[in-house]
Amino acid sequence: MPPSRMTTERESGSSMPVPSPMPVTPPSVSMEETSPASGSGAPSAIRTYLNQRGSGRLADNSFAAVMLICACSIFAIVLFVFTILVLRSHLSLVQFGWRFFTRSAWDPVAGDFGALAFIYGTLATSILALILAVPLALGVAVFITELCPRPLRAPISFLTELLAAIPSVVYGLWAVFVLVPLMRDVIGPFLSKTLGWTGFFEGPNFGVGLLTASIILSIMILPIISSLTRDIMMAVPNSQREAVLALGATKWEMIRIGVLRNSRIGIVGAIMLGLGRALGETMAVTMVIGNHPEISKSLFAPGYTLASVIANEFSEATGDLYLSALIQIGLALFLVTIVVNAIARLMVWAVTRGAPARVS
Amino acid sequence: MGVGILVEDLNAWYGSTHTLQDINLHIPANHATALIGPSGCGKSTFVRCLNRMHETNPIARATGTVKMGEIDIYNDASPVEIRRRVGMVFQRPNPFPTMSIYDNVVSGLKLNGFRNRRILDETVERSLKQAALWEEVKDDLKKKSGASLSGGQQQRMCIARALAVDPEVLLMDEPASALDPVSTSKIEDLIFQLKSQYTIVIVTHNMQQAARVAENTGFFLNGKMVEFDSTHKIFTNPRDKRTEDYITGRFG
Amino acid sequence: MSTQPLGIPPTRPMDFQTKTMRLNNLRRNIANYVVSSLAVIATILVIIPLVAILFYLIYKGASSLNLAFFTHLPAPVGESGGGMANAIVGSGIILTLASLIGVPIGIAAGVYLAEFGRGRMLANAIRFTADVLNGVPSIVMGIAVFALLVQGRHFSAFSGGVVLGIMMIPTITRTTEEMLATVPHAIREAALGLGVPKWRTVMSVSLRTASPGIITGCMLAFARVAGETAPLLFTAFGNQFWSFRLNEPIAALPLQIFVYATGPYDEWHRLAWAGALVLIVLIMVSVTLVRIFANRGVLKGGS
Repeated sequence: MPPSRMTTERESGSSMPVPSPMPVTPPSVSMEETSPASGSGAPSAIRTYLNQRGSGRLADNSFAAVMLICACSIFAIVLFVFTILVLRSHLSLVQFGWRFFTRSAWDPVAGDFGALAFIYGTLATSILALILAVPLALGVAVFITELCPRPLRAPISFLTELLAAIPSVVYGLWAVFVLVPLMRDVIGPFLSKTLGWTGFFEGPNFGVGLLTASIILSIMILPIISSLTRDIMMAVPNSQREAVLALGATKWEMIRIGVLRNSRIGIVGAIMLGLGRALGETMAVTMVIGNHPEISKSLFAPGYTLASVIANEFSEATGDLYLSALIQIGLALFLVTIVVNAIARLMVWAVTRGAPARVS
Repeated sequence: MGVGILVEDLNAWYGSTHTLQDINLHIPANHATALIGPSGCGKSTFVRCLNRMHETNPIARATGTVKMGEIDIYNDASPVEIRRRVGMVFQRPNPFPTMSIYDNVVSGLKLNGFRNRRILDETVERSLKQAALWEEVKDDLKKKSGASLSGGQQQRMCIARALAVDPEVLLMDEPASALDPVSTSKIEDLIFQLKSQYTIVIVTHNMQQAARVAENTGFFLNGKMVEFDSTHKIFTNPRDKRTEDYITGRFG
Repeated sequence: MSTQPLGIPPTRPMDFQTKTMRLNNLRRNIANYVVSSLAVIATILVIIPLVAILFYLIYKGASSLNLAFFTHLPAPVGESGGGMANAIVGSGIILTLASLIGVPIGIAAGVYLAEFGRGRMLANAIRFTADVLNGVPSIVMGIAVFALLVQGRHFSAFSGGVVLGIMMIPTITRTTEEMLATVPHAIREAALGLGVPKWRTVMSVSLRTASPGIITGCMLAFARVAGETAPLLFTAFGNQFWSFRLNEPIAALPLQIFVYATGPYDEWHRLAWAGALVLIVLIMVSVTLVRIFANRGVLKGGS
C-alpha cells in the first residue's frame, strides 16, 4: 500500500513557505544561531534574571543534609534510650546480674531486688488478655471485611478506631469504678461457682487482681489487633476469594480458605503487636491490678507488672540501688518490646509487602 | 530566540541497559524538529538528555557532548541552570493542583524567586496568548485551580508555563498523545506558530503530525538514530530501508 | 450436520443429592451460619465497652462540668469544689512544647524518606525503626528522659514536653512519608523541568500538595500523646498550683485524672470523671476531624 500523501504545508494561511530541504549540517557550521531575523536580539528581563540565578547546589545539599539528620534522629532516639537505661541501671546490673529476673524478692528496705513476680504478672495478664482479645478481634475483622453490609462498614470501623483513641488513664478510671465492682459482685462469684474447681478462681475476691487487669487490657489491645488484621485481610486480592467461591464454597469456607489461610503470617504478626502493646501497658493495669508482688495461681489475687512497679514506685524510690533496679526493669521492658515489635512488623510486612503500615 | 543544539556521541544508560547509542545530530535553531520511531526506541530518553532530566533517575547516566548554542550542557552548567533555559512539555498534562492558573503559568518564575508583579502579569498574558488559551481563561486566572481545566486546556497551560520562562529551546514529549483530536490540532497549530521564535524538538509517534509541523525529522530505532533529514525527504524518499519500513507501516 | 440421535444409550443424570452429600451440605451451611453469628456477636461485644465507657463518662462527668472546673485550681485536700484549670493549661503548655519538637523533626524525617531516600537501604532501616519505636512503652520513654533531664535536677515542664515530643516523631514521620508518596511524580517532574531546585520543589510542590494529609498525621500524633500519663509521671510530675515556668513541675490533665482517680476522696473522684470527659472530648474531636480532613484531602490535594 503506497504511503498516503503527506503534506508538509499548513492550509491555515501561515506565512512560512514550503521549507526547503535542510540537510544535516556538519558540525563546522557556526553555532550561534540566535536568529537575528525574527526579532529583538537583546534577551528579555526574564531571561536575564533567570540566567543570573545560581545553580542552587549549596541550598540543595544543605537541605538534603538537614532532612537526613532529622531522619537519623530516629536511630538516635533508640540508641539514646538504650544507652541511658544501661548506664543508669548499672548499679543493679552489677549487683544482681541476670539473676535479677529469676528472684522474686522485692524488699526496698533491705536493698533486695528481684523481678520474677513482675514478670509473672506481666506475662499472666498479657497472655490472658490475648486469649480474650484475639477471638473477638478476629471476629470483628472478619465481620467488617467480609460480612458487613457496605453502609455499616465505615461507622463500625470508625467506632473501633475510637476505642483505640481512648487514653489508658480513662480506661483505668472506668475500670476502677465500673469493672472492679462488677468483678467483685457479679463476675467473680459466678466464676468461682462454675469454674472454681480449676483452681484459677480461689481465694478472696476484692475486685482488683489479675483477672480484672486482663479484662481491661484485652479491651485495650483489641482495636490494634482488629484494625491490623483488617488491613491484612484487605491485602488479599479478590481473585483468591473468587476462586474459592467459584468452587462452591460457603461464605465461611471462602473466608477460611481464601483469606485467612493466605494471611496467616500477617495475622500472627498482628497478634504479636497486640502482645507488645499489652506488655508495656501501664496506667489502666496499675489502677486495677492490686499492686502487690505475688505469684499466685488464682486470678483473683492481686499482682504486679513490670510497668506498674515502675509507675508506682519510681518517684518515691530512695537510694540509688532502688532506682537502679527500677531502671533495670525498664531496660528489660524496652528490649522485650523492641524484639516482639520487630518480629511482629516483619511478619506483617511479609504479607502486605511494604504497603504503608498502619500507624497505631 | 532559539539556539541550535549539537549532539556528539551521546550514549545513555538506565542501570545496565544501553538506551541510547552514539547519537550524533544537529538540531537547527528556530525550526521544529520531529523525532519519530516505535515505542521504546529511545526518543523520550534522548529528549530528556537534552535538558538533563534523565538525571532525576538515580540509575541513569549519559556520556557524550550536547552543546546548546555555545554551552556544553553537561560540563559548563548545572542541571538546574540548563532546565531554566529549556522548556519541557510532558506527555500527560501536569499542572500544579494547589495553584491557580495564574500561579501555574508563572511558577517557573515565582518558584525561582522572581517578584516583579507587573512583569509577571505581562508574562501570564503573553504566554497564554502564545498558547492560544488566553481568551478561554482570562477571567478566571486567579480563581480557578490549574487542575480544573479540561485535558486540552491543561496541556496548553503547560505549554504556556514552559514558554513563560522565555526558553531558548522547547522540548515536547508526545504533547498531544493524551488528547482528543480537536485539542491535538490546536496544539499543532501552536507549534506551527511558535517554531519561528524557538527551537522546538517534538517527539511523536504520529507520523502525520511530524509531517504537518516539523521541517526536519529524525528516525530512532532501538536506541540509534537511523536517519535525520528534512521531513519532506524522510517521508517521500528515505535513504535507509528501515526508515522506509517504518514509514510504510511495516512495523511499529 | 445430522439431526439424528447419536446412538449412545441415554445415561441417568448425576444424583447431586445423595444422603451423604445432603448431610455434608447441611453441616457446611450450619458452620457458615454459626461463624457468621459469632462474628456479629464479637462485633457487638466490642462495641459494648465503647458505648459503656462513653455513656458512663458523660453520666458521671457532665454534671461536674461547670465554669469553676475550667477556671479554678484544685481545692485543698478534703474540701469540695475546685477545678482542674491548671491541669488543662499545663497540658496545653506541655503539648505545645512537644509539638514544637516533634512536628518539625517528624516532617523532615518523613520528607527524607519520601523524597531523598526512595529505595535506599538506609531509608528502609529508618522506616522499620520508626515502626518499632512506636511500640516502645511510653513509660520506658519517660524513664529515659527522666534519666537525662530530671535526675540530679528537678521535675520540669520542659522534660515533659521533650518526652511527648520524642513520642510524636515516629508517628509523624510515617504519616508524612505516606502522604508525600501520594503526590504524583509527574508534578515533581514539572517543577524540576522548569529549573526549580530540588529543595524548592520539595517545599513548594510536594509538601504543599500533600499538606492536608500531613496536617492530619500531626493531629493524629497530637491526639495520641495528649492522653499519655505514664511518661509524665516522672518528668512533668504534676503540680497543685499554677505553673508557667518550663523548669518547674507542671500539672497535666491525664496526670491529675490519675491522682484523683486513685485517691480516697469522693470529691476527687467526681473531678476525675469530669477531667476524663474533657480529655475524651478533645481527643475524639481530633480523631473525627482527622477522618473528615483525610477524606477531603484525598479528594482535593492529591490525585
